[in-house]
Amino acid sequence: MMREIDERLRDIDREIEEESAKKDDYAADVRVKELKAEKKKLLRQCADLTPADKVYLARSIKRPKIDDYIDALFDDFFVQRGDFLSKEDKSILGGIAMFHGVPVTVLGHRKGRNINENMEFNFGMPEPEGYRKALRLMKQAEKFGRPIITFIDTPGAYPGLEAEEHGQANAIAKNLAEMSSLKVPVIAIVTGEGSSGGALAIGVANSVYMLENAVYSVLSPEGFASILWKDSNRSAEACELMKLTAQDLKHYGVIDGIVKEPLGGIQQNPNKVYREIDAILTLELARYKKMSPNELAKNRYDKFRYMDAAIIEEAKKEKA
Amino acid sequence: MGFLGKTKSELAKYATVLKHSNKDTEELNSDEFEPVAAKPEKTEKQEDSVEMITCSSCKKEIPSNVMKKNLFVCPECGAHNKISAVRRMRSMVDPGTFRKLKCDVPFVNPLNYPDYEEKITKLQDKTGLEEGVLIGVGEIYGQKAMIAIMGSEFLMGSMGIAVGEKVTYAFEVADKNKLPVVMFTASGGARMQEGILSLMQMAKTSAAVQRFSEHGGLYVVCLTHPTTGGVSASFATLGDITLAEPGALIGFAGPRVIEQTIGQKLPVGFQRAEYLETHGFVDQIVPRGEMRDVVGQILKLHERKRWSL
Repeated sequence: MMREIDERLRDIDREIEEESAKKDDYAADVRVKELKAEKKKLLRQCADLTPADKVYLARSIKRPKIDDYIDALFDDFFVQRGDFLSKEDKSILGGIAMFHGVPVTVLGHRKGRNINENMEFNFGMPEPEGYRKALRLMKQAEKFGRPIITFIDTPGAYPGLEAEEHGQANAIAKNLAEMSSLKVPVIAIVTGEGSSGGALAIGVANSVYMLENAVYSVLSPEGFASILWKDSNRSAEACELMKLTAQDLKHYGVIDGIVKEPLGGIQQNPNKVYREIDAILTLELARYKKMSPNELAKNRYDKFRYMDAAIIEEAKKEKA
Repeated sequence: MGFLGKTKSELAKYATVLKHSNKDTEELNSDEFEPVAAKPEKTEKQEDSVEMITCSSCKKEIPSNVMKKNLFVCPECGAHNKISAVRRMRSMVDPGTFRKLKCDVPFVNPLNYPDYEEKITKLQDKTGLEEGVLIGVGEIYGQKAMIAIMGSEFLMGSMGIAVGEKVTYAFEVADKNKLPVVMFTASGGARMQEGILSLMQMAKTSAAVQRFSEHGGLYVVCLTHPTTGGVSASFATLGDITLAEPGALIGFAGPRVIEQTIGQKLPVGFQRAEYLETHGFVDQIVPRGEMRDVVGQILKLHERKRWSL
């Protein structure tokens, strides 16, 4: 459904632009009014989206990407490149920046905002070098006592020949282990799609937030369907089953909060969403400022250690 | 707000539920462990009908008693065929020393995945395992260790909540009791049927390894066929010493997915143990028959190094 609405919205926007360009044309004004009414009606239909709709929205090229978030939320961004072992992986963007006067380390998957950037950044699918760069930046943040803010938006770690040769599994595992014991606050925001270990590898955070139409799952719906039913075409069915929406994950305690999006998705009014993220980060950093380095590490450890404790307890009760 | 609308502080109380035992003893608490029921050796006596087992590699028919004696390593071609978790445990520990770690995790079905419970129950009956990993304390040449063996016979050794919880708990108990951990991995990765919570087990287990390691614990991993996906990308590749069985497939993405992605054929031996050794991700490749000796040697080499807490 969302795909059709989205395509129609795109056409409407284009037509509104064309019609508005016509000066002193009564017919055009009427047409613009009609189009705006239709747009409003269409957006209202977006109030109740299916998981498959959200997967569609989460992957939309029109959604802001990490470059946009960094521009909108931080000042003085200083980019840091390379893993200092073998190469620079462009599918992860990271560096140091100011957040309301506080230096922070910011990093995340970089998908690119058009097809050329997509190709250049490998659609936000990191190789081991990308994860090692992320770890380098995070360990440096720990050294200088900087909070870490990560943005998650990836179809997964890159399944390539060299990626395997260079230890993809090991690179992800190292990040999970090292992140769990970092002595500075880590805040993660899932902005688009967060698929598999490739997403989690920069997601072991004290607080994890998710945009309302973002998705986060053990694997892409296509991969899920392919593994369980040997048929990647059943991805729509997988979307329904997988419980990958922000609302589902909040229910499981996997995420701490949901960032509201305007009807039709963040691209309808990104600034409103940036303001909300800004407020969340401000609040969270103030909260974590009160914790000692060891408390921060323990807080994060316990979060993941006991994330499924409630569901185990429920099952125990049911069994008894 | 967390699970089922419970607040974080309400959730915190569940933490105590998961502390399966809170006795802070130096000695192993016997309540935490239970002996494994001895399996009646019935088939070995019937000499008339010798069962034949087909080697997965050379396809030759090998008498089952020969295979069993050889720990399922084909006497013809040397291929390391799959071995059950219980058999592997018996091949590693000093006879009669293994005590299973008590860690009951009830069946959970967070996605309400159809027919999942039936599948698990059937596997439990068939394999004699509670879940995809068998964990306990045993002795190897008289040296006590926490031993964890994943069973690929249990839904491909996939890691869901139960496997993640058991592995994590094993590291916690080992940490408390200052025991080394010896882990045999065999897994297709995260268990799809449990969705996102399977993914979270990667973080949970890796964090447990990290904490154990920071306290100076020795962690020996043996990667066996196959070790892929979410298990390879978490506790399987975090060992101090990493061994692998000959020919084991080890990697993050599956070979088929990689071929589809890059649109070309993969080189011969890609993602096999030998390939990983060449690329610098394995300390040693150890044939199954020598595994007990090698692990025993590693434990001995770490014997005098006592960690400071």
